[in-house]
Amino acid sequence: MADSNWRILTRPLIDDNPLTLQILGICSALAVTTSLDTALLMSLVVVCVLALGSAVVSMMRRQLPHSVRIIVQITVIATLVIVVDQLLQAYAYDLSKRLSVFVGLIITNCIVLGRAEGFAMHNGVVASTLDGIGNGLGYSLILVTVGAIREFFGKGSLLNLQILVPTSQGGSFEPLQLMLLPPSAFFIIGGLIWLIRRRRPRQVEKPDFSLRLQERASK
Amino acid sequence: MSPLIELLLRSVFLDNLALSFFLGMCTFLAVSKRVDTAIGVGLAMLVVQTVTVPVNNLIYTQLLAPGALAWAGFGDVDLSFLRLIAFIGVIAAMVQVLEMTLEFHLPRLHRAMGIFLPLITVNCAILGGSLFMVERSYGIAESVVYGFGSGLGWALAIVMFAAIRERLKYADIPDGLQGLGINFIVAGIMSLGFMAFAGMG
Repeated sequence: MADSNWRILTRPLIDDNPLTLQILGICSALAVTTSLDTALLMSLVVVCVLALGSAVVSMMRRQLPHSVRIIVQITVIATLVIVVDQLLQAYAYDLSKRLSVFVGLIITNCIVLGRAEGFAMHNGVVASTLDGIGNGLGYSLILVTVGAIREFFGKGSLLNLQILVPTSQGGSFEPLQLMLLPPSAFFIIGGLIWLIRRRRPRQVEKPDFSLRLQERASK
Repeated sequence: MSPLIELLLRSVFLDNLALSFFLGMCTFLAVSKRVDTAIGVGLAMLVVQTVTVPVNNLIYTQLLAPGALAWAGFGDVDLSFLRLIAFIGVIAAMVQVLEMTLEFHLPRLHRAMGIFLPLITVNCAILGGSLFMVERSYGIAESVVYGFGSGLGWALAIVMFAAIRERLKYADIPDGLQGLGINFIVAGIMSLGFMAFAGMG
């Protein structure tokens, strides 16, 4: 594989992560992470839709009139999502019930439209597909991490396998109820962002107003 | 309490779209730097949500639901798989109509909303509202109330969030948490606050 293609694939994992840096696709990411299995399934679905969507949009990029491109992109994405939704209902009905509306919401997930508009419209099919897969994996990385943390601390299990025995069954582990509630997802992602930016200081945002500068000026 | 008022309160506070279902998060985090823009987006969201949920409800129950086409002699046709694409079309059309109406009749409000109105089309809170309406099988009256309530809840959340962010500008935040990181944590704390309404029912 060419060096540039490899970079397109790996850059979105940490350096240019869609969730923690580009602020794309946060909506669906938080809601499906109460347990690891839904997070994994959602990741798989998003990687597929993203890769195929970017590939199709990239194939059509020379024929598409500029003025109608958004609606065509949405139609392509919506079609892919409907196919995936029907497949899930046919083969993984229980899991698809637990994902509830969030599979449908991939249509309005900004990652898919954002990559189609921002990358696939200007690049070849191979590069666009790799970009789709890379961004999907970057999204999955965060999703799976958050899902694993929430399930482990909230229920003491991973992928429904009990690892720690909760106190209600005579064990020594007290399940942390907060982890199963929505706020914990915000806290965990906030913490992950902090961790990543400690390692990659380049990503740190400049504050609008700095106390330190003010102190220095007043001296 | 009548069930409709209960649904209204529930959709504004307890089932708040932004803070307990994480819908519309991208807009929520991206355009909440200042309170006045947040009010503009919130208002646009409220109007679009109040219109689209009932319209989508009519389309779903009259055309797409299993057996809905019985009046035309297609009793066993199930078009419900088309709902995603139908809803997104309705939302895009509604936003366009609303934009033209506002431009013609209320040009000042139209200018105040600016770019946020078209952006609402790709806001997942709107599509999410319609999908929840189907999943919970609301009737037409319930969908009007739910549309209004969930829009109001989202608007309330973003205005409060923007107010907190304006204050946060003057806080001394660790470098790595600056910007996006601290916003997530603030949203988490707000969401924790909204959970307190759970005892209300």
